[in-house]
Amino acid sequence: MEMTQTNSDLLLLFAACCGLLILATLVGEVLRARLPKTHDELAVETYLTRLHSWWGMVFLFSIALLLGPVGIIVLFAFCSLAALREFLTLTTKTNADHWSLIASFYVILPLQYVLIWWGEVGLFSTLIPVYAFLLLPILSVLRGGKGSNKNFLARISETQWGLMICVFCASYIPALVTLDIPGYGSRTPLLIAYLVFVIQMGDLMEYFAGRRIGKTKVAPAVSPKTREGILCGAALAAGLGFLLTWMTPFSPLASIAMALMAYLVGVGGSLVLAAIKSDRGIENWGHLIPGQGGFVDQLDSVVFAAPIFFHVTRFYYGA
Amino acid sequence: MRRFAASVVGKLLIFFAQFITAARAEWRGIEPVRRQRIYYANHTSNADLPLIWTVLPAALRRDTRAVAAADYWLKNKLRAFVGRDVFRAVLIDRRPEHRTDDPIAKIVEALDEGSSIIIFPEGGRNRSEDPLMPFKAGLYNIATQRPEIDLVPCWIDNISHIMPSGEVIPVPLACTVVFGSAIHVEDGEPKDKFLTRASDALLQLIPQRGHA
Repeated sequence: MEMTQTNSDLLLLFAACCGLLILATLVGEVLRARLPKTHDELAVETYLTRLHSWWGMVFLFSIALLLGPVGIIVLFAFCSLAALREFLTLTTKTNADHWSLIASFYVILPLQYVLIWWGEVGLFSTLIPVYAFLLLPILSVLRGGKGSNKNFLARISETQWGLMICVFCASYIPALVTLDIPGYGSRTPLLIAYLVFVIQMGDLMEYFAGRRIGKTKVAPAVSPKTREGILCGAALAAGLGFLLTWMTPFSPLASIAMALMAYLVGVGGSLVLAAIKSDRGIENWGHLIPGQGGFVDQLDSVVFAAPIFFHVTRFYYGA
Repeated sequence: MRRFAASVVGKLLIFFAQFITAARAEWRGIEPVRRQRIYYANHTSNADLPLIWTVLPAALRRDTRAVAAADYWLKNKLRAFVGRDVFRAVLIDRRPEHRTDDPIAKIVEALDEGSSIIIFPEGGRNRSEDPLMPFKAGLYNIATQRPEIDLVPCWIDNISHIMPSGEVIPVPLACTVVFGSAIHVEDGEPKDKFLTRASDALLQLIPQRGHA
């Protein structure tokens, strides 16, 4: 009975996303039809490519959600792999790090997702911050070889940071399905949809409002995000939080607070990752998602918000 | 049968390389069009050749052959199959005392048949700290014999981290192959001057990444 409830909720959400995308596609087609007048080929082209990627993401995400916990965990394991690849491509490393890089990709990443599937919080919340943090530098120092002490601290820190963001934090998105919340039953996949939807919509709002009325940049050196844009995004996130209370175990007020918190942490996250990008002199982390750049570009804000969202929810609502 | 097997193995190699490295080409100086070319690239790992092979569009790949070391590729039957049938390599013996024919003549013959070629002008894998070793004379000798063919520098980025020489398991990092603008040997240009110019054209393609 409960499962049917979850599925019908998911179907409703899926229908809502499709509705939004159909609307956005119609807008795109109108813009394309008006091209001879507006001559804004590049902007329309970018918009349509992004829209295609969005369609793809909504479908993949929906299939994973319908397959249940395993589908979601596998989907995010692959997202983690792609994100970690983008991140570690740009970090400082030498041949002495080969073993620790191999271990990061082939041992720690899969193990983290197995532990998520197992649902043991004490294990999946310590694997990377404790075990990998202490053991990987040992691998790097033992591997040794010529010049293996060069930039040692920078190398091990950057590898650890990549693991924290792309594996640890990202894995908290599927970890939401393992939460045991009394009275909420098996509806936990809805929390993922809630988190992603609130943050992405807030981001979109921030982007458009920022372009229209944005004045004061919050981090002018690294990002075009403005205070005005972020305020509008936060307002939309809070409003969506209220409207989507039915998806959550929260009260309407708590849902507004959670949505606001997730959105603001997310904005902070995309600023932090923008600072790293601008330091490394790149525009996007990768090229695998047409029109959007890489997986890290797409996930940055959600990844930052997920662990905090998880632990706050668990603290206040967990069994 | 053999050709079918070669095409299947070729497809598998491409799939594997794409899966591990999400390899992609950056066409900075030339367009990916069918035109006879000599691609010359930096060489740090055994994965270099499969990677260039992977990022070339299929139409270009069909006309392209690699120049590779016979002493490496003929060591056993599997390597010989991959080298001869999959990459359709022009196999050159690096040890002059074992040679039965002139390597440059073999390469020029492949060019005259209309093939594009991939060549690693450092003459072996680079195990030094420098991004490139000094080029061998081979590139110059080919270029002077067929001066009309475009010489295209290709920088294979990050491969030394994906598979440092001596390692067996590749780290799945992203790999980009940057194709630069074509160069030609000038009339009467001395060998050393040309080789330095070719090497500089390749070094210019190295992506700049802040301080890292």
